[in-house]
Amino acid sequence: MSEPSDSPRIGVDEWVASAEGRRERSLAGRAEALYERTPAAVKLLALVVPFAVFPQLVDSDYLMQVGVDTLVFVLLALGLNVAVGWVGLLDLGFVAFFGLGAYLYAAVASEYAGRSWDGMLAIPAIAISVAVAGFLVGLPSRRLVGDYLAIVTLFFLQLWLVVLINASFTRGPNGISDLYPLQLLGREVVSLEGYYYVALAFFVVIVSFLFLLNRSRTGRAWRALREDELAAELMTMPVNRLKLMAFAVGAGIAGVAGALYAPSQGAVFPANFDILVLITVYAMVVLGGAGSLLGVTVGAVLIMAVLETLRDPSDASWVFYGVVAIGLVALMRPRWLAPAVLAATVVFGMGVHELAERARPSLVEGTTVGTARIDELVDSWVLVPEGAVGPDGLPAGALARLAYLGLVASVLALTLVRDRWLRAGLMVPVLYLAACVWENVLLAQPAVARFVLIGALLVALMAFRPQGLLGRRRVEIV
Amino acid sequence: MDWDKIVQLLVNGLTLGSVYALVALGFSMVYGILKLLNLAHGDVLMVGAFIGWGVLGWLGGAQDPSVAVWILLTLMVLAAMAGCGFLGVAIERFAYRPLRRAPRIAPLISALGVSFFIQNSVLLLFGANFRSYESFDLVDVEVGIHWGPLNVWILRIVVMASALAMMLGLWILVTRTKLGRAMRATAFDREAAAMMGIDVDRVIVKTFFIGSALAGAAGVLVGLVFGSINHFMGFGYGLKGFTAAVVGGIGSIPGAMFGGILIGLAEAFSVGYIEDVTFGRLGSAFSDLVVFLILIGFMLLRPQGIFGKKDVKKV
Repeated sequence: MSEPSDSPRIGVDEWVASAEGRRERSLAGRAEALYERTPAAVKLLALVVPFAVFPQLVDSDYLMQVGVDTLVFVLLALGLNVAVGWVGLLDLGFVAFFGLGAYLYAAVASEYAGRSWDGMLAIPAIAISVAVAGFLVGLPSRRLVGDYLAIVTLFFLQLWLVVLINASFTRGPNGISDLYPLQLLGREVVSLEGYYYVALAFFVVIVSFLFLLNRSRTGRAWRALREDELAAELMTMPVNRLKLMAFAVGAGIAGVAGALYAPSQGAVFPANFDILVLITVYAMVVLGGAGSLLGVTVGAVLIMAVLETLRDPSDASWVFYGVVAIGLVALMRPRWLAPAVLAATVVFGMGVHELAERARPSLVEGTTVGTARIDELVDSWVLVPEGAVGPDGLPAGALARLAYLGLVASVLALTLVRDRWLRAGLMVPVLYLAACVWENVLLAQPAVARFVLIGALLVALMAFRPQGLLGRRRVEIV
Repeated sequence: MDWDKIVQLLVNGLTLGSVYALVALGFSMVYGILKLLNLAHGDVLMVGAFIGWGVLGWLGGAQDPSVAVWILLTLMVLAAMAGCGFLGVAIERFAYRPLRRAPRIAPLISALGVSFFIQNSVLLLFGANFRSYESFDLVDVEVGIHWGPLNVWILRIVVMASALAMMLGLWILVTRTKLGRAMRATAFDREAAAMMGIDVDRVIVKTFFIGSALAGAAGVLVGLVFGSINHFMGFGYGLKGFTAAVVGGIGSIPGAMFGGILIGLAEAFSVGYIEDVTFGRLGSAFSDLVVFLILIGFMLLRPQGIFGKKDVKKV
């Protein structure tokens, strides 16, 4: 029985219904409908297959290590997603649980501790004890609203780092470096490939567990809690117990990730579990789409890939110019505007470069950091003043610092320009400035530049696409 | 009893506490109005410290200042306040305002991003080395009060006095002026305030300006008394400032001052005595533990803080 579409339907908000209707007809909507219809097992398979073929495609130890790290970070992001994505609790102490897992591994399987437990015993034991730790940390915060919880957990992380760095039994900043390799049923995991497959197995188990958990009564209760805590409580949901449970589950997964990370690295250091890691994991969860298992996994892989390519200046340039170009094409309407702006930027840059060469040759005498083809190309296009960057990679004069601050200010100002054509016009010099700053300031210190970009990414995502790449936008009626 | 040590720790605690109080005020004001935890607040303090350091270098450095010392100090504080004030306004405009109607967690993540961005930008531009104000060259360490066991360096007195003056100024601003009344009204009920003709956005911008300016001043004061600054310093001061705000009662100005002093004293005395009390098992690095326990204790026993009123949840 179909209702006439123009009559008001009972219990359905007209605006929401029309928004959903538009969505169903769009390309993204159809893709989503297809995704919804796919059985869970097929989805899981689609998620696992790319990971499973990865070792066949790479032949270097370095890439294999990156693969293992990526899987560990995927696990971390999945764990954080429980608290942040499903329940809406901001847990800023999360990497402490990761660290706890890793150090507990060091405590049960290292020369230093004088024990060598089998992984089949060690990993479940670690998962359970870290989950208990998560429960205990959540305990004092159970009465608190989200913000207080954030600060308590952040303080807890700080304290954890203080202990790691200063206590004698953790050997301080030097870490514990004589870990035994992971043993499974008496057999040692010797190669990185072995660690990869072990991590993959855990990934499959944990994703399946989370998938079922999300569909269960508890999962539904968590989502209800996220949407409206007070309403959930009035519906007789045990709010505090649910929160603590989310904390414990997330912590337990982080513990497993730590227990896999420690032996694959062969050592544990306090610096591996600090704020940088925390923010990276947050960026993974938020980028992919908090709340969606697929989104979080994709986000983690994307962030790891970008962080790895940014290590090398030559690769980094490709990523930078590529992302800027793709971003513009994806975001600007009408379609021809983005290529026009890019072309205008190229011409503008050539003009500025030519002018600078005639007026003040010192502005173009330096060379860019990278040696790839793209760097040779941009060398004759951007302004690279001689000696703008000191031998330590820091900006040497005021010029480079001012250019950086100017870039930040002009990008921010650009977001305030409402008129589309004016914005496109102003974008040309800003893009050129961005290229100059990239070549002179950011590329000189890729390790720091990566984290600057992650910070900016978090802010931009929250402002423009809080649901992330694959999350679904929530229509809220206020 | 070792009176010399106790007096010294008292002075340390009060200096530290007045800085924490300034940070706590900024937290508290912003939280009061927006119900938003400004996680980037500590990094604003760090930027203030760097601005002060820049002004100091620009005017000839600590060894050979080109103006009188008191003018130099005033300029450093004023420049940091102005710079940080505008930084705070920018943070509000670009990171928080687009998210006013978003779920609660969104502005917090955005704040995390801002904090990370500022920290790493400073690292990118200035490097990871500690920078020193070299304030012992600026003001001789012997100048000050010497009275029995009481030895206070004049710069510490300046820090405490200026922090106190700023807090008094803020108190007058909030209780006696039109802007202050608008701020209190906005904090009480934003929508009702808007209906009464208060330009809520402007009040919020001004609140951010004032709160961030106080953090900037605190940054310079930290640099003057505790010597060295680096890109990561804001984190610790942010945490302690927040603890102070919670202990005093978030949203309350006298609470923030009182909480700041309390946390400062607690930290100073735990640095001084934690080794003795734990028979040498825990070093002074563990003084954070004491502050953390205070925070947890307050959250469990009196979450509204010393001066706060109990929050009644309305549906």
